[in-house]
Amino acid sequence: MARLPLQGIRVADFTWAWAGPYATMLLGLMGAEVIKIESTKRPDHSRMRSLAAGPTFGGPNQAPIFNDLNLNKMSITLDMTRPKAVELAKRVVRISDVVAENFRPGVMDKLGLGYEVLKEVKPDIIMLSSSAVGGTGPNRHYVGYAPTFAALGGMAHLTGYPDSAPIPMMGSSDLRSAATSAFAILAALYHRAQTGEGQHIDLSSTETIAVLVGEAFLEYTMNGRIPTREGNRDRIMAPHNVYPCQEENSWVSIAVATEEEWQALCHTMGDPAWVKDEKFSDAYRRWQNQEELDRLIGEWTINYSPTEVMEKLQKVGVAAVPSFSGLELFQDPHLKERGFAKEVQHPAIGKRLVVNAPWKFSATPAEVSRYGPLLGEHNQYVFGELLGLPQDEIQRLVAEGVIN
Amino acid sequence: MDRYALSTIRILDFTWAWAGPYCTKLLVDMGAEVIKIETNKRPDVARWLPPFADDKPGLNRSGRFNKRHRGKLSIAVDMTTEAGCDLVRRIIRISDVIAENYSPRVMKKFGLEYEAVREIKPDIIYVSLSAFGATGLYKDYVAYGPNQAAMSGLANLTGYRDGPPMNLPTAIADPTAGLNGAVAVLAALYYRSKTGKGQHIDLSQTEMFTCLVGQPIMDYVMNGRALSRDGNRHQIMAPHNFYRCRGQDKWVAIAIASDDEWHRFCDALGNPSWASDEKFSDQLSRWRNQEELDKLVEAWTINHTPYEVMEMLQKVGVAAMPAFNGEEIYHNPQLRQRGFLVEVDHPEVGKKVMPGVSMKLSETPGGIRGPAPLLGEHNHYVFGDLLGMSPKEIAQLEEQAVIY
Amino acid sequence: MAGVKVLEYADLISGPYCTKLLSNLGAEVIKVEQPKAGDYSRSVGPFPNDVPDPEKSGLFLYLNANKLGITLNTKTETGLALFKELAKSVDILVENHPPQEMEDAGLDYPSLRQINHRLIMTSITPFGQNGPYRDYKAYDINIQAAGGLAYVTGDAKREPLLTPWGQAGYQAALNAAIGTLSALYWREASGLGQHVDISVQECIASILGDVISFYSYMGMVKPRCTTLSDLSGVTIWPMDIYECKDGYVDICILEPHQWQSFVDLIGNPGWASDPKFEDRRLLFERTEGQEVPDLGPLIKEILKKYTVDELFHGGQQRRIPITPVNDAQGVLHFPQLKERGFFVEIDHPEAGRLTYPGAPFKLSETPWSLERPAPLLGQHNKEIFSNRLRYPKMELVKMAEAGII
Repeated sequence: MARLPLQGIRVADFTWAWAGPYATMLLGLMGAEVIKIESTKRPDHSRMRSLAAGPTFGGPNQAPIFNDLNLNKMSITLDMTRPKAVELAKRVVRISDVVAENFRPGVMDKLGLGYEVLKEVKPDIIMLSSSAVGGTGPNRHYVGYAPTFAALGGMAHLTGYPDSAPIPMMGSSDLRSAATSAFAILAALYHRAQTGEGQHIDLSSTETIAVLVGEAFLEYTMNGRIPTREGNRDRIMAPHNVYPCQEENSWVSIAVATEEEWQALCHTMGDPAWVKDEKFSDAYRRWQNQEELDRLIGEWTINYSPTEVMEKLQKVGVAAVPSFSGLELFQDPHLKERGFAKEVQHPAIGKRLVVNAPWKFSATPAEVSRYGPLLGEHNQYVFGELLGLPQDEIQRLVAEGVIN
Repeated sequence: MDRYALSTIRILDFTWAWAGPYCTKLLVDMGAEVIKIETNKRPDVARWLPPFADDKPGLNRSGRFNKRHRGKLSIAVDMTTEAGCDLVRRIIRISDVIAENYSPRVMKKFGLEYEAVREIKPDIIYVSLSAFGATGLYKDYVAYGPNQAAMSGLANLTGYRDGPPMNLPTAIADPTAGLNGAVAVLAALYYRSKTGKGQHIDLSQTEMFTCLVGQPIMDYVMNGRALSRDGNRHQIMAPHNFYRCRGQDKWVAIAIASDDEWHRFCDALGNPSWASDEKFSDQLSRWRNQEELDKLVEAWTINHTPYEVMEMLQKVGVAAMPAFNGEEIYHNPQLRQRGFLVEVDHPEVGKKVMPGVSMKLSETPGGIRGPAPLLGEHNHYVFGDLLGMSPKEIAQLEEQAVIY
Repeated sequence: MAGVKVLEYADLISGPYCTKLLSNLGAEVIKVEQPKAGDYSRSVGPFPNDVPDPEKSGLFLYLNANKLGITLNTKTETGLALFKELAKSVDILVENHPPQEMEDAGLDYPSLRQINHRLIMTSITPFGQNGPYRDYKAYDINIQAAGGLAYVTGDAKREPLLTPWGQAGYQAALNAAIGTLSALYWREASGLGQHVDISVQECIASILGDVISFYSYMGMVKPRCTTLSDLSGVTIWPMDIYECKDGYVDICILEPHQWQSFVDLIGNPGWASDPKFEDRRLLFERTEGQEVPDLGPLIKEILKKYTVDELFHGGQQRRIPITPVNDAQGVLHFPQLKERGFFVEIDHPEAGRLTYPGAPFKLSETPWSLERPAPLLGQHNKEIFSNRLRYPKMELVKMAEAGII
C-alpha cells in the first residue's frame, strides 16, 4: 500500500467545533495519526449541535456533522479537570509531533497544557493555537465563531446584495480558517525536518479570512475608498451573474471575459436582435448596461435547465456552470468520476456519503479511510498500546473517572 | 474655386542645382508664384545635365531642369551690377519669401544677406539652404547630395553585405533637403499669418539628412555599436529581398512579416515541400535561414514575371511589388490613374511627361502650372507688370545688359 | 506652430516622423496607441544593452519625443467614440492605416468631416486612397521597388538594393508634413479643412532624379549605377565612394574647376592631363564608338594613399566636394553637427539620458523645441481623458479594465 505524505506523524488533537477539527482532519486525510482528546462530560460541540441531527438524533455518536469533520481520527476521553488526566494528556503529547487546540486563549494554560509546559514535555513539539482573534491583543478573550470571523475579517461586508445587509457566511469561514491552520502546521513540520526545531503557531481565524480579501484593503490604502457589496458583479466582466433556469430555484452561473466569448454566447442564444444594440457593443458598455443585459440573458436561460445551459455554452468555450445544491454536488457525474464523495460505513448511523480528500496525489493518495470515531473509541489502543499502560491501571483510571 | 493653397505667396528664388529648386518646386505646385533669378553667365547647372530632348544639349532642353522648374518664372539679371541688385531689391519688396542655397558668403557679396533684406522687407521669410548650415567650422565647405548621404551615415549602411558602401547617385539627400525646406517655409508662413513676423531659416543639408538615419544613430548612442551594411536584409522579416524573375533584369521585392503571411505565401506557391521544413517554421528560424530561403523563393519567382508574382501574392495579402524601372514607372497604372504623371507642353521640347504633385489635397490639389521657363522668359512680366516699369525702361536695362 | 493641435493615429515611421516635425515646431501632438502593445515601433530595436523593452526602443524614443501619449482601442465602439471626440477638438489628424480599415471603422475623411469641418486629415498609405493598388500590402522594401528607387540603386550586375532603415517612410513623412502645412495655411483664409492623401509610392517616384526624364526624353531605361558613368558603365567622372587609407570618402565633382583642383590634390598624375576631362559636356557629346578612358581604377589606386582627413580637409580647402563616409560613430562625433548643437540630450523616465538627433532646421523667431521625452504607453490618459474630456477617474479605470484604453 502506498505511503501517505504524513505517515508517521501523530497529532494530539484538542480541537473541537469546526475550525480546529477540520484542520486536523486534513492532516489525517494525508495519513497523520490524529488522536482526538475528548471528554464525555463536555463532548465536542458538533457531536451535540448538528444541523442534520433531525428527529432520529440519538446521542453523541450519531451526529453526521461530527462524522464529516472528524474522519480518519481516533478518539480518547479524559476528564481534563483531573490532574491525572492532564498527566495522561501530556504523555500523549510526548509521543506526538503536533498539538492542535482551538480553545479561547488562556484555556490551555489554565489546564496546565500551555506551550511552555508542553515544550518541556517535548522540546520540538509543534503547537497550533487557533482562536477567533489570536492569542495576543486586547480582544483575545472575546468569543468568536464562524460568522464573527467573516464579519471582523471584512469578508462579510463585501458579500451580499448591494441593496441589503452583509451576509453572515456561516461555517465555511471555519473551514477556510482550518485550511490555513493545516498549511501552517505543514510548514512548521517542514522547518522541524530541516532544523529539529518545533514552535508555537498563533492563528487568528479572523486574520485567515481577512487575507482573502486583500484588494479591498489596497483600495482603501491606495485611494481611501471603502468597497462594498456588489452582489454577483465583477469589476469588469459582464455578463457575470447567476441566471434563473426552468425549474423553480435552479440557477446557472455565466461569466464572459473576452470579445470572443461574448460572440460565442450571442451565437448560442441564436443571435437575437438585442445583442446588436450599441449598448452591448463592447466590454465597457456591457458592464455599464449589465442590469438590462442580465435581464435579457435571464429571458433565455429560463427556457433551459442549468445543465443544458452549461452544455450549450461550454461547447463554445463560454464559462457556464450550474449553481449546484448539496444534493446535486453528490449527483454530478463529473464529481462522481473524480471521486469527490466517498461512502463511509458508520457503526451508529450506517452508510454515509462524505466529502473525500480534496487533493489527488499521484504517489501518496490521500483519502478518507474511516468514519468519525465514537466517543472514546480508542482509549484502549492509545493508553494500552501507545502509552503502554498496564490493563489494571487503565481500569482503575476508568473507575476514577479520569478516563471518562 | 481656388485650387491652390499658396496662391497669395510670392517667392524670389535664388536657388540652383537640386535641393533648393526642389523646395521651390513643391511650393510652386501648391500655387506660390516663384520667380527664379538666373543669369546667362552662370545658368543653373541643371540646365546642362542630361537627358536632353533628342539627345541635343541646350539650355532649355534638359529633362532634369524642365521637370524641376515647371511652373516657375525666370528672370535673367546681372547681379554683379548695382542696377541689377537694385532691381532685385525692388522685387524683394513685393515678395514673401526668399530662397537661396549658395554657401553663406555669396548672398552677403550681393548685399542680400538676411539682415540687409530685412531692412527692405521686415517680415520677409528668408530660407538659406546650404550643405553644412550658415554657421560652424565647415560652413564654407562644398558638398552635394551624395556627399550628404556619406556624412549622414546612410551611404555606409547601404550596400551589399559583402561589398563597400554604396554611393547613392540618385542622391535622395537633395530632394530631402528640398522637402524639409518646404516644411520650414510653410511653418514660417503660418507663423507670419498669426503674428506678422518673418524670420531667417537656416537649413543644413547634413542635419536634414542625418535625421533620417534614426535607428543606427540610436544604436550607437545606446550600445556603442556602429551598424554596417546588410544588403536587402531586414532586422527580423524573412523572406525580405529582391528576387529575380523571368526576363532581363526583372526583379520583385517580397517581404513577409508574420506567420500568417508566411502561410498564405506558401499556399500561393502551392505548398512546396520545402516550405514545411522545420528551418522555416517560425519567423526567427526563417530569418536565421534566409540565405537558403532566398534561394528557394527565387527558384519559384524565376519562372514568373514580376507582375504575375505581384498579382498572385497581393491576392492573398502578401507584400510583393516589382522593382519598376523608368519605363515601368512611366506606364504604371497606379500612378497614371492617380494622375501623378502629367504631360506638360514645353515651347522648345514639346510634350513631355513628368512626375506631378505627390500630395493630394482634396480642396486645393495644386498641380503643375505650366512648363519650365526659358531663360529670362518672364523679364517683361516681372519688371513690367509686377514692378510697373515701362517698356522703355526695360529696353534700356536690356541694352545695358543688366537684364538679359 | 504653437496652438496647433495634432492627433496622431499612426505606427512606425511615416506618420510619426511627420508629426514629430510639427511638434518640434511647437504643435501639440497627441499620439494614439493601442492598449497593451502600443505603436509597433516599440517592439523594434535598438534597445539598450540589447534587452527588448517597449519603453526603451531607440526608434520609438527618437520618433516620438515631445508628444503626449494615450491608449485607445479603436476596435471597440467606445474607443471609436472617444477617438471621434478627440478628432472634434484638434486641427490636424495624421494617420497611416489601410484605407479600407479606416472606412470600415467610420474614420474616413467624409465621416470625420461631418464632426469637424475644419479638420485637416492627412492619410499616408503605400499607394494612396484610390487606384488599382489601393488595397495592396507593401512594406518599405516593396514601396522602394514600386517607386522605382530600388531598380536604380546598387550594382547593375546584381540585384536591386534597398536604401535601408525605413527611408520610404521618412520621405512619406516629409511629403505629408508639406501637404498638411499647406492645407493649414489655406485654412487660415478659407476656414475649411481638407483631406491630404499621400501615396508613398508617389513620394519615392518623385525623388528619382532623372530616371523618369531619361525615359520621357530619350526613351531610355536608366540602369543601376553608383557613379556618374555613361550607360555602358564606364566611369567618366569621379562621383563615387572611394576607399582610402583609413576609411571611405565620397567624391562628387560636378564642375570643371573642381576637377582641376582635384587633379592638383592628387599630385597631377600623368593621365589627368587628357583634355577630355576638362569639360564634361565634351564627354556627353562624344560620337559613337569614341573611346573614353575609364577613370575608376585610376582614381581608386591613387586615393588609397591618403587618409580620410587628408582628402576631406585638403579637398575642401581647394573647394572640392569631398566628404568622409561616416558610420554612426562618425556622425555622432562630426564636428560640424556638434558645433551647431544638432544633438540633444533628453532624460527619459525608463530609458535614461540619451542623445538624439535634433530637428532639421533653425528658425530664427520660432526655434525648434525638443525637450520632452517620448511618452510611456498611456502616460497621458489621465491628462487627456480626465482633465480635458472630463471623464471621471473611476470611469477611466473601468475603461482600462474593459480594454478600451
